[in-house]
Amino acid sequence: MANFETVEVSTDLLIVGGGFTACGAATEAAYWAKKNGLKVTVVDKAALDRSGAIAMGLSAINQYVGLREGDNTCEEYVNYVRQDLMGISREDLVYNIARHVDSSVHLFEKWGLKIWLDEDGKYVHEGRWQLMINGESYKILIAEAAKNAINDAGGEIIERVFICEPLMDGNKCVGAIGFSTREEKIYVFKAKATITAMGGAVHVFRPRSAGEGFGRSWYPPFNTGSSAFFTIKAGAEMTCQEVRFIPVRFKDAYGPVGAWFLLFKSRAISATGGEYMAVRKDELQNWAPYGLVKPIPANLRNYLGMLDVEAGLGPLYMETDEAIAKIADEFKDDPKAFKKKMKELDSEAWEDFLDMTISQAHLWAALNVKPDEKHSEIAACEPYFIGSHSGASGAWVSGPEDLDTPYKWGYANMTTVDGLFAAGDASGASSHKFSSGSHAEGRIAGMAAIKYVVDNNNEPNVDAAQVEALSKKITAPIKLYDAHCNETTQPEVNPNYIKPDQFMHRLQKIMDEYAGGVSSAFKTSKSLLERAMELFVYLKEDSAKIGAANLHELMRGWENMHRMYQGEAHVRTMLFRDETRWPGYYYRADTPTMDNDNWLCFANCRMDPATEEWEMMKRDIWTLPE
Amino acid sequence: MPSFVITEKCDGCKGLDKTACMYICPNDLMVLDMEKMKAYNRDPMMCWECQCCVKICPQQAMDVRGYADFIPLGASVVPLRGSEDIMWTIKFRDGSLKRFKFPIRTTEEGSADPLAGYATHDDLSSHCLATEPESLGCDVPSK
Repeated sequence: MANFETVEVSTDLLIVGGGFTACGAATEAAYWAKKNGLKVTVVDKAALDRSGAIAMGLSAINQYVGLREGDNTCEEYVNYVRQDLMGISREDLVYNIARHVDSSVHLFEKWGLKIWLDEDGKYVHEGRWQLMINGESYKILIAEAAKNAINDAGGEIIERVFICEPLMDGNKCVGAIGFSTREEKIYVFKAKATITAMGGAVHVFRPRSAGEGFGRSWYPPFNTGSSAFFTIKAGAEMTCQEVRFIPVRFKDAYGPVGAWFLLFKSRAISATGGEYMAVRKDELQNWAPYGLVKPIPANLRNYLGMLDVEAGLGPLYMETDEAIAKIADEFKDDPKAFKKKMKELDSEAWEDFLDMTISQAHLWAALNVKPDEKHSEIAACEPYFIGSHSGASGAWVSGPEDLDTPYKWGYANMTTVDGLFAAGDASGASSHKFSSGSHAEGRIAGMAAIKYVVDNNNEPNVDAAQVEALSKKITAPIKLYDAHCNETTQPEVNPNYIKPDQFMHRLQKIMDEYAGGVSSAFKTSKSLLERAMELFVYLKEDSAKIGAANLHELMRGWENMHRMYQGEAHVRTMLFRDETRWPGYYYRADTPTMDNDNWLCFANCRMDPATEEWEMMKRDIWTLPE
Repeated sequence: MPSFVITEKCDGCKGLDKTACMYICPNDLMVLDMEKMKAYNRDPMMCWECQCCVKICPQQAMDVRGYADFIPLGASVVPLRGSEDIMWTIKFRDGSLKRFKFPIRTTEEGSADPLAGYATHDDLSSHCLATEPESLGCDVPSK
């Protein structure tokens, strides 16, 4: 029988998460905490060296503005993001990240990240904003700096503790509660400020691969909606919960296409050879002004490919052989130089996979793919929640102090809950921050949160009854399982509980079939979404019946609880927004066009933590002055 | 491409207080069977195949087998990670081989200085972060 003891940790600033955002927050906060005699504690469900979305590595830095070099301005970056997100972005947040992101990149380089340099010692660009790196150990380096910073400031890093819920004192967050995934211990963190940095959400929707490849999601399966849940459950206002992201990648293994599109200038075509971006370019008129400016928004590029698939013109292919032939043509008078160039390209193409999607290299090797001889299949992945890429879901946070916006109610990156901050995938409507911008936003939040503690240095008022009730709730799946597992000869099937994985399949089935997943070709409607909400009622009730045989399953159970709230916020917001604005992410078949008169605004929501009732609201868009 | 443990090579990291693979797996998949003193992947369907376990295993006792639902058998992608670079050996189904070596860092392990030697300031109300403007290389833009 489980017997959990309680460990209490008191701190000034609590950082929940361990990825790039959390490491950026820790590095910056440690500096300011040391100056002000404060303590910073980081709690991570995995090991900081390899936790979060960059666990495997990365082959490019996707946000570098080039301020020092005079290459671009922050305003140009804001224009790019506004355009890609069809007009919906918090331009103050995007601007704030853009003006700090380069300094994160310069720090990375000093810490030991190998950024490619050309003959003149300048960064090699993959695209306008993208830098090429040798990034196998990208996360290890960023974690190392964070660890050194925390150790130097006398802070603490606690690994393998899964955070379940926030601790609240009215509308103020006073810490968090969770459990160790290694020993039977409940962890109670009492904090004067808390930063949410637990990543996005994967496996809310059913993935394309349903067998062993279930875990081969494009974004990692350990991004489980914990940021969204934590902020929703604290009663924070959320934004862009409808703006999921669907990347188009090499099919099945989901290897990156950036190098092929940007570096090798490869085209994407249908099975009959038509280049959908050219053949279907008139369709872009329907999505003006966003469809008419380059770069064409990611969701519209997706959409044109999806139209080909719907017309029976699939599979879609990346024309790798044609791209290489074109390069060969450029070198036709110099075979020696061509050979050298091809050796370079071969290495670059494979490193692109090996640094961030090793299974794509495995798949190509298993299929004997020679990219110069034959094209390779690409496809739209399943939907993900990722505020840092070309999705936008996250908490609604206060903007930078020095911009004159309607979005200021306190400290930079503070949610609408006192003392609760969000950054990276956890903060919404500030897309295209990627790894470097998430780190920079973590730094912004880290500094702002310390300022909050300095200004509001009050002992957190943690209610003992709340802690006791949450402790019971946290361990309930283990107790439920223990009480009934011997009543059936096969404990997997038992009328008193459902196991975490089956609960997840139920959530995924609802999302996939009613909320525009892969099997419904990313289409949904008011009626379908309303049906999803009906089924959610039962799902939510049954979440109290998750049974867990051990600590690992207990974590899985809680992860799925978190995913469920992300799913619900998504369904409710798609239902609220009566239009189709990102047709290549989801398509409201009953409102199939973009409606700028009524919906050129943010669709926000808030759940009352006491009643679990949701309120939906529109918020105005503020545009950055040129 | 779920990871698997080669029975003969795994020694359960018996000299250490926990196994390397269990320590590192970002998805909490690796477990040590205390009776056999061998590690195993408890839920291959949740494996992202990030190879963090393969790279860290001191016995080189871990490998991956392509996801059975879409990767044909016979290929392998094997990393050998050192302190400065990583060597990859890719074996194709048809038997052909590719080998690549890429740098992983330019500094000594453990040496990352959080402030990287940049000048710092002490104004918590500034719109400049700790190491700015020097780490940015120019003035921090403001409106």
